[in-house]
Amino acid sequence: MGVGPAERGRLEVRELAKSFGAQQVLRGVTLSVEPGGTTAIVGPSGSGKTTLLRLIAGFERADAGTVVLSGRGLAGGDTWVPAHHRDVGYVAQDGALFPHLTVGQNIAFGMERATGARARRATRTRVGELLEMVSLDAALAERRPHEISGGQQQRVALARALAREPELMLLDESFSALDAGLRVATRRTVGAVLRDAGITTVLVTHDQAEALSFADQVAVMRDGLLAQVDSPLEVYTRPVDRATAEFLGDAVLLEAWVDGDSASCSLGSVRLAPTTLRGRVQLMLRPEQIRVDEHGPIRGVVLDTDYFGPESTVRLELTSGREPGCETSTLAREGQVISIRHSSAFIAARGTELRLRIEGDAIAFPPKP
Amino acid sequence: MTTDLTAPDARRATVVGTAAAPGPGTRSGPASGRRRPPVLAVIAVLIALFSLMPLGYVAVMTVTTGWETASTLIFRARVGELLLNTVLLMLVSVPLCVVLGVGGAWLVERTRLRGNRFWALALAAPLAIPAFVNSYGWVSAVPSLAGLWSGVLISVLSYFPLVYIPAAATLSRLDPALEESAASVGLGPWQVFRRVVLPQLRLAMTGGALLVGLHLLSEYGAFAMIRFDTFTTAIMVQFQSTFNGAAGNMLASVLVVLCLLLLVAEVRSRGTARYARVGSGGQAAPGRMPLGRLHVPAQLGLLLLVGLAVGVPMWFVVRWVVLGGSSIWAPDELVPALVQTLLYGLVGAAATTVVAFPMAFLAVRRPSWFTRSLELSNYVTSSMPGIVVGLAFVTVSIRLFPSVYQTAVVLVAAYVLLFLPRALVSLRSGLAQAPRELEEAAQALGVRPFLAFVRVTLRLAAPAAAGGAALVFLAIVNELTATLLLSPNGTRTLATQFWAKSSEIDYAGAAPYALLMVVLSAPMTYLLFQQSKKAAGQ
Repeated sequence: MGVGPAERGRLEVRELAKSFGAQQVLRGVTLSVEPGGTTAIVGPSGSGKTTLLRLIAGFERADAGTVVLSGRGLAGGDTWVPAHHRDVGYVAQDGALFPHLTVGQNIAFGMERATGARARRATRTRVGELLEMVSLDAALAERRPHEISGGQQQRVALARALAREPELMLLDESFSALDAGLRVATRRTVGAVLRDAGITTVLVTHDQAEALSFADQVAVMRDGLLAQVDSPLEVYTRPVDRATAEFLGDAVLLEAWVDGDSASCSLGSVRLAPTTLRGRVQLMLRPEQIRVDEHGPIRGVVLDTDYFGPESTVRLELTSGREPGCETSTLAREGQVISIRHSSAFIAARGTELRLRIEGDAIAFPPKP
Repeated sequence: MTTDLTAPDARRATVVGTAAAPGPGTRSGPASGRRRPPVLAVIAVLIALFSLMPLGYVAVMTVTTGWETASTLIFRARVGELLLNTVLLMLVSVPLCVVLGVGGAWLVERTRLRGNRFWALALAAPLAIPAFVNSYGWVSAVPSLAGLWSGVLISVLSYFPLVYIPAAATLSRLDPALEESAASVGLGPWQVFRRVVLPQLRLAMTGGALLVGLHLLSEYGAFAMIRFDTFTTAIMVQFQSTFNGAAGNMLASVLVVLCLLLLVAEVRSRGTARYARVGSGGQAAPGRMPLGRLHVPAQLGLLLLVGLAVGVPMWFVVRWVVLGGSSIWAPDELVPALVQTLLYGLVGAAATTVVAFPMAFLAVRRPSWFTRSLELSNYVTSSMPGIVVGLAFVTVSIRLFPSVYQTAVVLVAAYVLLFLPRALVSLRSGLAQAPRELEEAAQALGVRPFLAFVRVTLRLAAPAAAGGAALVFLAIVNELTATLLLSPNGTRTLATQFWAKSSEIDYAGAAPYALLMVVLSAPMTYLLFQQSKKAAGQ
């Protein structure tokens, strides 16, 4: 059963559902991943992300739905391919390295058992190649897992999974256990390795920044369903609903009234992304869309500033929209407070008046009930 | 208002190129999770039922004897005397053991005692000497030893390590932050000990006290030698005279009730307070207090304790060996006894470990109310004295399986039942170190499920399993009561041979057997000591 080059590594998940006892964890998840592509599944704890990954890996059986990899059915209906026959690599949250084996033995675990001196030499060479691929020193092969750092353990776990050249690689919160500085570096290395090898990758994470930076497709999961599957830019700037918007980053939410292709709110008239909603809506802006501009139309007074190094979060109370004759006065509420971000070169003291303008489009959501 | 998750303006990932052919059977069928047959659960239930057999035997016996006979047999002066002896023994010995155990543990773990590494091991050493050998040594020292206070002496010297070991393990990993907080609130050292340290020792103290109590209730040889009558010695006497008489069975039922009462008392006294550390963050090693003027008295006290518990019996064993000369070392008696002991020990240890495996596996991998009730039943059976188990096996094998009565099979089965809890505890901690995730990782690497289980889980649990097996071996070597009841004709183990010789007052002849038992037990005791340190994280 030959698999064409366009097919190898293509993952299709359709209507996957799974309950544990009375609790329904997945309620019909559908996802497609391009061959060689990287998808991040992001969502809060308990949304079912790890369960989805485990279903794809074959550690659990779904109640309904299908999983197809490279055109070959892995699960669904009467088909069931057990985990050890799926060509799927799995890197668990803490690496799951075998503590009783050395790093080299761990990496060689899934390879053919080497009998004879020549075969053993070949295995050693391959282990060395894999270590180099994940930017680790070949001398690490003799160490035990507890003797190396967390970041190194993650990379060894990746090398171990890569040894079998799988069609699909599943990463389960692989970077969550690392501390901040290490996380970014490990993520970059791992992402580069997988991209260069052309392996389809699915990463599960609860960290939205990680999802947005690592993948070329982001799937936002909530309550057992995928709320939105899109490129990182789209998912961040055009979130499909309020919960998704708030999950992926800070959001400034305002009451507004749609008028043509713009909306009126306490910030004045704001350009809207295309929407079918009319009348009262809830408007979402990202804090970085509200810029300090001395010629801007919006005015506010600083309440407090939170300086955290590269940026400050400034909370202001809006004062524009209260002037007589302003069309927004019907909606302007007395002293609406919003948060904005600004680079640290500017530290606003309490009581300073700032002028602001909006960059880019706002997103309209149905109004809060 | 429901958020419409399939809102039209949500964009899906565009599929470039030809769409993938859908896999076979895209209809969503019924729950496609194929249920594995609950083989393990069934096996575990069978094992649990098997281990409840002695309790069932006692219950059935009591019922079939009828209330009339039972009440006349139970409510008489003799039983009152035995009850008084037993209760007094426990009331005096158990608190003494707790005091000595906790005191010794505190000196070793929390003070700047000189040579605390040595004392740590020395205080655990009495476990290598079976209680009846201890009795034998003391009777040689003071031939007039008899009665309650002798019983207390032997019991305390033999069993205080059962409180010392868990207390030492707990003290070594106490969080100093708690004591420091107490001190900062203005409590003096003694108050800190009483109000902060002791409550944390509660589990170790109650668990240790329970173990001491159960050992006291089931000990036969030690008390028979000093002619102190307890339920167990009386049951044995009944058994030897009237074999399967009602009197013996009734005494056994009273004994079982006492054991169950102990269990209930221990559970109640555990309390509901939390004992684990609340909050995150690592903890520092607890500090050690300087002893100052108390140093010399402490050293002398420990010397006295270890001297009485280990020194006196060993001195007299060696003295008898020397006095007996070469005549007592009869190879045609000694070697078969040694070989049989080793064989029973090895076979019993292996069988117990294998039998314990299903329950341990279920308890670790699939915890649920079911596994918890299995553990509860195991907890109850672990309190059954050897004599009750022996009696139960005698009756059941005669009535139901006459072909195996008085064969090695029954004896090994009794060992398995008696020592299952020890193997279970070790196996559980070993399996806990081999989480399911590792097996799954192995499967994701293309290894078949069964091979993954063997290469990863079994391999990782093996050291703990071996440790548990070693503890069972230690227990079998020192087991006397059930062996006397159940061993096939012609069986000689070190313990039974020792008992035969010392019953004939051939103390010199018994000495080599005593020595061999101690020599065999010593490495296992060391292992037990090391294990408890490892469990404490050292």
